[in-house]
Amino acid sequence: MGLKAALEAVVAVTRVGSKGRVIGFLTAALLLMANLGHSAVLPEDRADAMYHSYDGGGVTIDGPAVLVRKSVSDNVSISAEYYVDEISSASIDVMVLASPYSEERTQYSINADYLLNKTIISAGYTNSSENDYEADTYFLGVSQDFFGDLSTLSLTYSNGSDTVTSVIDDELREDADHQSYQVSWSQVVTKNLLMNFIYQVTTDEGFLRNPYRQTRYLDGFGGMAWEAENYPETRTSHAAAVRGRYFLPYRAALSFEYRRFNDTWEIDAYNLELGYTHPLGESWILEFKQRFYSQSAAVFYSDLFNTQGSGGRDFRARDKEMSDFESQSFGISVAYEFKTDWSKWLEKGSVNLSWTTIQFDYNNFRDASQTQFATGEEPLYSMDADVIRFFVSAWF
Amino acid sequence: MLKIHALLLLLGVLMVSGCAPIKPWVKPYERNNLADPIMSFSRDPIEASYMHHVYQAREGAHGAEGGAGGGCGCN
Repeated sequence: MGLKAALEAVVAVTRVGSKGRVIGFLTAALLLMANLGHSAVLPEDRADAMYHSYDGGGVTIDGPAVLVRKSVSDNVSISAEYYVDEISSASIDVMVLASPYSEERTQYSINADYLLNKTIISAGYTNSSENDYEADTYFLGVSQDFFGDLSTLSLTYSNGSDTVTSVIDDELREDADHQSYQVSWSQVVTKNLLMNFIYQVTTDEGFLRNPYRQTRYLDGFGGMAWEAENYPETRTSHAAAVRGRYFLPYRAALSFEYRRFNDTWEIDAYNLELGYTHPLGESWILEFKQRFYSQSAAVFYSDLFNTQGSGGRDFRARDKEMSDFESQSFGISVAYEFKTDWSKWLEKGSVNLSWTTIQFDYNNFRDASQTQFATGEEPLYSMDADVIRFFVSAWF
Repeated sequence: MLKIHALLLLLGVLMVSGCAPIKPWVKPYERNNLADPIMSFSRDPIEASYMHHVYQAREGAHGAEGGAGGGCGCN
């Protein structure tokens, strides 16, 4: 009976409009999970306070973040996060066409997890606010363990609405909307191996470019000129990932991740990550990660167009995130965990420090700030970045 | 594309739930290693979501990151 209803609900997903599709997606998920039985567990109560810092390519971004999660009853857990980016930018784009600037982004999130008949239903809201960008995102998800808790299936829908404005153009006020559907399957494979498979489809609609960024073109007189970017107003992307963690006999863990991505802008990307986690005694945990990322350029990307654009009728981008590039990251983390027997309400605590270095090498984005070179013959741009996280955690 | 994936997902779940109950091949008492915190895919959510943001803001690819969902709309 339940399976038949679930079948009908999923088939309905494929027939109805956007709002009905979301309702159908989640109804199907709930009905399917009602069939599968077994237990689920709410996340642990804990609080984290973090300082984060990114420094690379002339950009520094740092600030605090606080995340608190607490059970409010036997079957409800809520979490709230406050996060700030203090941005100071003298990036390659800024140095070519503008002046260094500073700005702040503030983000608030609130999530709730509800344990209902052995299914966890999650919902959340995030607001991100800058002086020229406002974003509201909602998500709704369902998750359940089954097959004797060897498998976990999660389905998540998220919907975001952004408002884009400009500090140099009072007239500009545009919208961008985002929707995504995600299916995640976690699997106990052996007593030492965990696997996770995720597929996500995302649609973006509206004003999808940065209002300040420019493209450059040959001016016909041996030099170059600049004009605003022009992006398509829709984008659909698919991402699929497989992850694993393997427990080594002497109490350590190996991790891996492989992810593929492609979209209707013809960006094709993948990343591969390997990690190693090594505890030292009862209190210390060391972790090392190596990540490689590669992407092809969007079909409408060019470092240097041959002619001026046709007044917005052709799509043009010179955002280095749309270019053909690779990046390599190496990260190391150290965590110190301590008992809190002296406290009545704390279970344990930890202090954590992580550092990641990332090297970006662009294959068709040139350093236009190097004006001693002929137009289009500047060296290819590259940059490196240091990313630091320092955080304290408490379980209660 | 989405239709195909929704139907494939459904088929997969139907196939496994239509069979006789599957006995767990890793017994509860054999899960000590898996329960160790070092085996968590997202041991520290605050750090994991921050690192996702660091990469998302600088790469054309996004999605299927795992861990805490929701994301942020930020340029």
